Amino acid sequence: MIALNREIIEIAKELDVVFFRQRLKEHAVKIGMSVLNQTKLITASSELVRNMLKYAGGGQICIEVINEKMQIGIKVTFEDKGPGIPDIHKAMQDGFSTGKSLGLGLPGAKRLVNEFDIKSEIGKGTIVTIVRWKNGL
Amino acid sequence: MNNALADLLLKNQKEILEQWMKNQLSNNTLREDLMSNENLRRQSQELLDLFLKAVKKGNYDDLNTREYEGIIEMLQGISISRAQQGYSPKETAIFVFSLKEALINTIVKADGDSKEAVNSILIINNLLDQLGIITFETFIRGRESVILRQTQEINEISTPVIRVWEGILALPIIGTLDSARTQIVMENLLQEIVNTGSSIAILDISGVPAVDSLVAQHLIKTVSATRLMGAECIISGIRAEIAQTIVHLGIDLSNIQTKASLASALKLAFAMLQLEVKKGERKIIK
Ligand SMILES: Nc1ncnc2c1ncn2[C@@H]1O[C@H](COP(=O)(O)OP(=O)(O)OP(=O)(O)O)[C@@H](O)[C@H]1O
Ligand SMILES: [Mg+2]
Repeated sequence: MIALNREIIEIAKELDVVFFRQRLKEHAVKIGMSVLNQTKLITASSELVRNMLKYAGGGQICIEVINEKMQIGIKVTFEDKGPGIPDIHKAMQDGFSTGKSLGLGLPGAKRLVNEFDIKSEIGKGTIVTIVRWKNGL
Repeated sequence: MNNALADLLLKNQKEILEQWMKNQLSNNTLREDLMSNENLRRQSQELLDLFLKAVKKGNYDDLNTREYEGIIEMLQGISISRAQQGYSPKETAIFVFSLKEALINTIVKADGDSKEAVNSILIINNLLDQLGIITFETFIRGRESVILRQTQEINEISTPVIRVWEGILALPIIGTLDSARTQIVMENLLQEIVNTGSSIAILDISGVPAVDSLVAQHLIKTVSATRLMGAECIISGIRAEIAQTIVHLGIDLSNIQTKASLASALKLAFAMLQLEVKKGERKIIK
């Protein structure tokens, strides 16, 4: 995998979310991603950045344009130093929420992207990585 | 030795002010439209006084001390007000950095290129850079507060409630629908339902860039609140890519009336009110 372009964005408040989404969109437009895939990527990212802000009080996001096996795409890594997720299996289920919400963020985000990876350690934090290819479903 | 520097500057304060003013006035970025020369002079004089007071004791590098409180406060005040008046960062920076030039000129004139002079120049250089950084930081904070205020204003003005027909309200939503925005939208909508006695509200989301689970929840809440008021709510402007994303995300909007376009939502609203829109015979007016 080759990273072609890389940008790091700090998330600490609601306004940062708007900025992050704009930057992400710019990267997606630049590589010529279809509007549908753009919307899926942005929506999935939107869920993850909101979790980061809501459950970990913020964190750091890395946007990368990547190239692998003749495919071009965008990889986004969400890293926080929050409380971590005790049971990832549970958190990934539709409807599970500790925040009195819909509990669709994590499982929904997974359905919207091509690759999804989540690692979490209690007391240390959470890292979620997603990839959305430019073409394809 | 360092007190000698302060003495030198104090002794030459008149010339320093003149030279500083000259530097500022000769700079073609000077904003006479924003501040008169007289005001600028007063501001410069005051700042120079505070500067000389601050260095009097021979402290040129620790700005976290009492003697620097006055000048820092004034610089911050100037930066904030300049940021809000629409000055560029360059114009604000020149204000501080042209003082540096005037101070250094004075040192050179008095001590020439002696070793003390070089030392003094370095000291002044560092000090003025530190003051410059303070202006930048404050300037940016000033700008941020402007942006914040504008965001709030945009939120207020970009959620109009339009009475499209008797009994039908339309709310075009443009931009991100966050919690604060939803609150405004909901309040405006519910108020307008009362004011106009409308029974149908159309929420058009053509201008909303993405619908994530939070936005969806906000929409659902708005619809429920409308229903509690005895009115029906239709959501229109759901673009193809948004429809697909909502489905993948797993959000259930099946309890809500949705339409692809505002036109079809309006049609539905007419049908619900048993109104008929017909093409009439055209009368030719002679
Ligand atoms: N970054 C994180 N740090 C700590 N806990 C998290 C983090 N992200 C998610 N969680 C936990 O996982 C649960 C499920 O997250 P998910 O995004 O699926 O649902 P939600 O945020 O509760 O609701 P929704 O996103 O639908 O509004 C959360 O309720 C929270 O307990
Ligand atoms: Mg969530």
